[in-house]
Amino acid sequence: MAQIELDGIERIFTLGDSQVHALHAVSVSIEAGEYVAVMGPSGSGKSTMLNLLGLLDHPNAGTYRLEGRDVTTLSPDEQAEVRRSRIGFVFQSFHLVPRLTAAENIALPLMLAGVNLAERAKRVARALKDFGLESRAGHRPDELSGGQRQRVAIARATIMRPAMILADEPTGNLDRATGQDVTALLEELNASGVTLIVVTHDPVMGSRARRQLLMEDGALVQDLNVARQAAPA
Amino acid sequence: MSPADTLRFATRAALGYPLRTALMVLAMSIGVAAVVVLTALGDGARRYVINEFSALGTNLIIVLPGRTATGGLGLGNLITSTPRDLTVRDAEALLRAPLVTRIAPLSVGNSEIAYGGRLREAMAVGTSADYLAIRDFHMAQGQFLPREDLGRASAVAVLGATLRDELFGAEAAVGRMIRVGDRRLRVIGVLQKSGQALGMNTDELVFVPVATAQAMFNTNTLFRVIIEARSRDALTPAKRQLEDIMRGRREGELDVTLITQDAVLGTFDRILGALTLGVAGIAAISLAVAGILVMNVMLVAVTQRTGEIGLLKALGATGSNIRLAFLTEAALLSLAGAFTGLGLGHLGAWGLRLAFPILPAWPPDWAVFAGLGTALSTGILFGVMPARRAARLDPVQALAKR
Ligand SMILES: Nc1ncnc2c1ncn2[C@@H]1O[C@H](COP(=O)(O)OP(=O)(O)O)[C@@H](O)[C@H]1O
Ligand SMILES: [Mg+2]
Repeated sequence: MAQIELDGIERIFTLGDSQVHALHAVSVSIEAGEYVAVMGPSGSGKSTMLNLLGLLDHPNAGTYRLEGRDVTTLSPDEQAEVRRSRIGFVFQSFHLVPRLTAAENIALPLMLAGVNLAERAKRVARALKDFGLESRAGHRPDELSGGQRQRVAIARATIMRPAMILADEPTGNLDRATGQDVTALLEELNASGVTLIVVTHDPVMGSRARRQLLMEDGALVQDLNVARQAAPA
Repeated sequence: MSPADTLRFATRAALGYPLRTALMVLAMSIGVAAVVVLTALGDGARRYVINEFSALGTNLIIVLPGRTATGGLGLGNLITSTPRDLTVRDAEALLRAPLVTRIAPLSVGNSEIAYGGRLREAMAVGTSADYLAIRDFHMAQGQFLPREDLGRASAVAVLGATLRDELFGAEAAVGRMIRVGDRRLRVIGVLQKSGQALGMNTDELVFVPVATAQAMFNTNTLFRVIIEARSRDALTPAKRQLEDIMRGRREGELDVTLITQDAVLGTFDRILGALTLGVAGIAAISLAVAGILVMNVMLVAVTQRTGEIGLLKALGATGSNIRLAFLTEAALLSLAGAFTGLGLGHLGAWGLRLAFPILPAWPPDWAVFAGLGTALSTGILFGVMPARRAARLDPVQALAKR
């Protein structure tokens, strides 16, 4: 049983009279611990797929099994619970809460999960140390550099020890060197066993992934598995 | 998400936008302050009037000539249209009622009062010895009017404190002869200062025997008869006894009106109570307006923080987590506004008391609770809609918004 199984996923956006087929007949399965890059031109449906994988969006048709469970039929609260415990998001624009400090931003998922204050402080302190942010714990996002902000976001995404990290162009707002640092950080996490799915424009970053999914006009046109050199559709 | 975390998160959010928070707290506090100050004013007026009346004593019955319409259309009312005089003899008869302890007839008029070269307009009050005890006045010098037959027009007078000062200055007044109207009277006493009561300054009056006053003003009828009942509880039965006596003296017809302090007080109490309530209602409208402001501010907050809401959802917040966070924020803003307003209102009431020392302008307890309650409930009520809107946001679109 694969960790993620998409089967015949359709996602259609209706804008007035016109319909946009953002995803069409997408079927793919991803094993736990894989490193997957989702690539393709702008508007090809990469973000839409990632949102579906993260249970932020619902398909119009098809099924999504996560760890063997059909999650498309879950109630909103059950889906929130899955997001909270199994999924970590990293966004292009960081999405830190501006009035909260780095430490408080990292603690948000723990707060939502109802983890007690003492345990929270312990885990946040460890995360700050792991991500080299100790000296920035009390700083607010506007006092941090782009790279530091993304590191805070990654620390936040991993604080609940999720099964997978979904990153939508995580280096899109960073310069090359900082972007490489962030990529290395994500790869380190993947090396420790977390599934990593990264949407990227950058062919260099994409080529580092062991598996590359190429999208075009809402369809999955290529599934390149570098490790096995095979392409199961 | 624990309640403590929700509270902490909402507090941080409220403090994160200080200008917005300050404006809202201000709007809410003005509403609450208005309730507090206006009710303090209204209730102060009510208490002022009640105090004024209570100063007269609460077990008094006042008899005045003529029947007011409140008596209804009885047979007596139809037979005589003009009331008969209320005389000194009637007053004497009323004293025979078992539940009555004292009576004081009143005959009142303006007169000229002169001593030496000094001349003054003053109100002359014709009454009897018991008036002193009934009104709880005290003598500064000499004695009050003598206890004698009410028909005797003794040539004596008692002066109010101010009047004495104006006429005599440093000189002793007791024993001197003064002229009141066309009569020469001997001053036998001076009252202690007692101040204002019912808009009449007792210190500027001259008291003379009732018969003297009636002769002076050339009248047979009394202005009032003030009657003291044995106790407050005896008021109603005493009133009945008095009515019976008056009927006996008028061939079964009742052509006088009896007023108890209780009735007068009750009326004022009701009128001013209603006024206070009305004023509170008007002030409450400003709170409703503040509630609408809360709603708008919170709607703006939801729009401003759309990205944050999307993020929280991505991090696993449920709809109810978000709803509760925004509702708590609205409640906190209202609460802060309510308490600020309470402070401002008390400050305003204090200012009122400073400016008008005679007015006991304390906001009534119910108004304080009503003001706080309305502020909180409008804040929360109007916070529901924005909170629900936040909870319903589509996370993908929310995250896309920057
Ligand atoms: N909420 C939406 N409403 C309408 N159209 C949308 C919406 N989200 C995405 N789309 C459309 O779906 C297609 C895929 O979008 P997206 O997944 O964001 O592409 P990518 O991330 O690959 O650039 C695009 O044509 C886009 O315009
Ligand atoms: Mg995209």
